[in-house]
Amino acid sequence: MGLKRTPLYEIHRELGARLVPFAGWEMPVRYSSIVEEHMAVRKHCGIFDVSHMGEIECVGSEADRALNYLTCNDVSKLVPGKAQYTAITNERGGVVDDIIIYMMSPGRYLLCVNAANIEKDFSWLSSHNKFDAEFLNRSDEFGQIAIQGPKAVNIAESVLCLDIDSQLKYFHHMSGEYGGEKIIIARTGYTGEDGVEVFIPAGAAKDLWDKLMEADSDLKPCGLGARDTLRLEAALPLYGHELRDDITALESGIGIFVKIDKGNFMGSDILKRQKEEGVKRKLVGFKVLASGIVRENSMIYAEGGEEIGFVTSGTKTPFLDAPIGLAILDVNYSKIGTEIFAEVRGKKIKCEVVKRPFYKRN
Amino acid sequence: MDAPSDLRYTKDHEWVRVEGEEATVGITDFAQGELGDIVFVEFPEEGTEIVSGDSVCVVESTKAASDVYSPISGKVSEVNKELENAPELINSDPYGDGWLVKLEDIDTSELEELMSAEEYIKFVEEEA
Repeated sequence: MGLKRTPLYEIHRELGARLVPFAGWEMPVRYSSIVEEHMAVRKHCGIFDVSHMGEIECVGSEADRALNYLTCNDVSKLVPGKAQYTAITNERGGVVDDIIIYMMSPGRYLLCVNAANIEKDFSWLSSHNKFDAEFLNRSDEFGQIAIQGPKAVNIAESVLCLDIDSQLKYFHHMSGEYGGEKIIIARTGYTGEDGVEVFIPAGAAKDLWDKLMEADSDLKPCGLGARDTLRLEAALPLYGHELRDDITALESGIGIFVKIDKGNFMGSDILKRQKEEGVKRKLVGFKVLASGIVRENSMIYAEGGEEIGFVTSGTKTPFLDAPIGLAILDVNYSKIGTEIFAEVRGKKIKCEVVKRPFYKRN
Repeated sequence: MDAPSDLRYTKDHEWVRVEGEEATVGITDFAQGELGDIVFVEFPEEGTEIVSGDSVCVVESTKAASDVYSPISGKVSEVNKELENAPELINSDPYGDGWLVKLEDIDTSELEELMSAEEYIKFVEEEA
């Protein structure tokens, strides 16, 4: 099967992007340099095509109950206009996907899901739903553009003619209109910076991208490469790396989004027991003390040589200019300041457990 | 794509420049463009004996680590220490300040096996 293309594919070609296969899509990994794109987001503003992300709607009189059963955060805390980060959990408390739920109106929610998981999520949600609610896969109807960075909200305001800064709080969304089409503007992102993500009918996405680019000469197109280094600096987990079907939501560092006390939900028995007994392994941040870069799948050892975990993501990040990473580690070694050793090409490199996130905006 | 005519090239996108008894090795302009921002280089110990085709160092971008295979056999006489603080020189000046290692005790007859600039440019256009 051929790779899918987003509504912005022609723009990427015109900009000379390096296109790579990603989760079944032909996506830009970088336009110029990952380091330049990363720094633009930290200092000014970057624009990302995230149209590959999936949109699944949940509608029905019991949509709230269905979602509260299928995800680990507390959906009853949502009101129209609010968004919630959460995970779809499996029977073992593992993560089927991490998602954002946008409450549109009573009985109507929009789920933004990872590109690689659209089909899996849709089929999982539909087949495990026991309530009067229906899931609709609307992924092909939407384009999605993220603008992220200190100047992002300003730029979005000027193009969308909306008062975003005072009207739209973090993890909230509002509806708007662009070129006669209904759009959704969310103050969310995946970079550790302020910014918005705009859901727009696929046919209007190209025009919005062009208008945003015209609005500010500092706005830099950014690819998946910078998106990954930015999210890692901000220690935001990525499905398939930190988040997996065989690592529980409590182990993978998203425990604050697991609401054990909300009542029965998928995997809640196991998660509840794990919470009471304490997890045996957990996600930690580390920095490399010696020279070298530690990458995903490196094994981690204690000073005495015993194997104590593995690396889920790692690189040298541009803004901090230091090699860092995330790892699933035996809790006995997870205290901040603990010295650990990561294996890189046969050598054991000294690292130290550090606080997450690595980067926090002012 | 730039490929100076006084160098010899490999299919793995390394270059070698021989001056007297010494060879300097680096990666090509095409290679640095493909890899993107180089952020780290792992060097061999000076004095290491290298056979042509062996990994002589590792260059790492934000995304991945890649082996650099030596175009020629010899003994590592010097590594480019400038790159420890400024690995981006490989991107900005791959044939100059971005050189990787120098080798001595080389066998210049091995150069015959390598591509000329013209052949390399043709190779990249056809294969890569």
